[in-house]
Amino acid sequence: MNEQPYPTVAKLSPEALQRQKSRSKALGIVLGCLVILFFIVTIAKLGGNVYNRAM
Amino acid sequence: MSLATEPLAADSSLARAAGPLASNGTARDFYELLKPRVMQLVIFTALVGMLTAHQSINPIIGFASILAIAIGAGASGCLNMWYDATIDGLMDRTSKRPIPSGAVARGEAFAFGMTLSVGSVLFLGLITNWYAAGFLAFTIFFYVVVYTMWLKHWTAQNIVIGGAAGAFPPMIGYMAVTGSFNIETFLQFLMIFIWTPPHFWALALVKTKDYARAGVPMLPVVAGGVETRRQILIYSVLLAPVGMSPALFGYASPFYLVFSGGFGLVMVWLAYDLSRKHEGDAARKAAYRLFGTSIIYLFALFAALLVEEVVPMIPWANLWGRFLP
Repeated sequence: MNEQPYPTVAKLSPEALQRQKSRSKALGIVLGCLVILFFIVTIAKLGGNVYNRAM
Repeated sequence: MSLATEPLAADSSLARAAGPLASNGTARDFYELLKPRVMQLVIFTALVGMLTAHQSINPIIGFASILAIAIGAGASGCLNMWYDATIDGLMDRTSKRPIPSGAVARGEAFAFGMTLSVGSVLFLGLITNWYAAGFLAFTIFFYVVVYTMWLKHWTAQNIVIGGAAGAFPPMIGYMAVTGSFNIETFLQFLMIFIWTPPHFWALALVKTKDYARAGVPMLPVVAGGVETRRQILIYSVLLAPVGMSPALFGYASPFYLVFSGGFGLVMVWLAYDLSRKHEGDAARKAAYRLFGTSIIYLFALFAALLVEEVVPMIPWANLWGRFLP
């Protein structure tokens, strides 16, 4: 039987894993800040119109 | 070359591909791709441009606009590093940048730069107006395509014309508030535009061998040190009145006129001093002195403009009234 070997996954060194974690953390923080920024900017753009909507 | 992964096997195509395709650096390396020191100048000059608009803007929208302009500028710096990664690796000054040092993969830098470019332009357009967003997009295009891909590798006048990209931020800041631009903000553009050649050529004089090795036709490489020193002096003489122009056109006070005039004379003197020193340690020190002073010069002039815009906005009478009986 002609079996194809499973593709091997590259194993990260401890240092590389540490750096990868730092990148992931930073990306998470940036994304979180973006969510907050978009929310605040939306409220600022809406201004008083927030209260003028039909109930 | 540093690899993010441990090699699995000599004939593993996955192992061969993982190194060049995957970044190995920290978040700080990605931050460095944005040229943070250039971003500081962009933030500062865009803020001055915004304040000279004399129109009210929601502080949150103002802050977010400055952030969008800064990220747009950072994105263009990132794309500049992506395109010039090979020559950056040949020069001492730039060899430690994230891509040539192996911390960030070239493809990831490109994706990072493009994402930030598109994101910053869309964000600025959505929160302010599409004129400002279009101008930011044009600035990124001008810096990456016109300067980095074309002028830098083609002509000794590269940083003269390319300097426009670094001079646009005050106009974008003004446009974000008003949706148009005026003479005052054009004068601010002109100040940075005329300031760029003596600032950059002073550094290029010290790094001539670097640029020659990388094949970049900077003025000292193409025309030599004597001609570069002459051009630096000419641009410095031009810069002095241009630096004073906001006051000459009635947009700044007599105090600014005296301050910018005095500092302009210092720049002319340093350029003259550099023109007399051609070799050795004295020439090197004179070039660094002009380079360092030019940074302080531009920050000081824009700071003076900022102070003149902000101080009248402060309700001094109300503030003092709280402390007086």
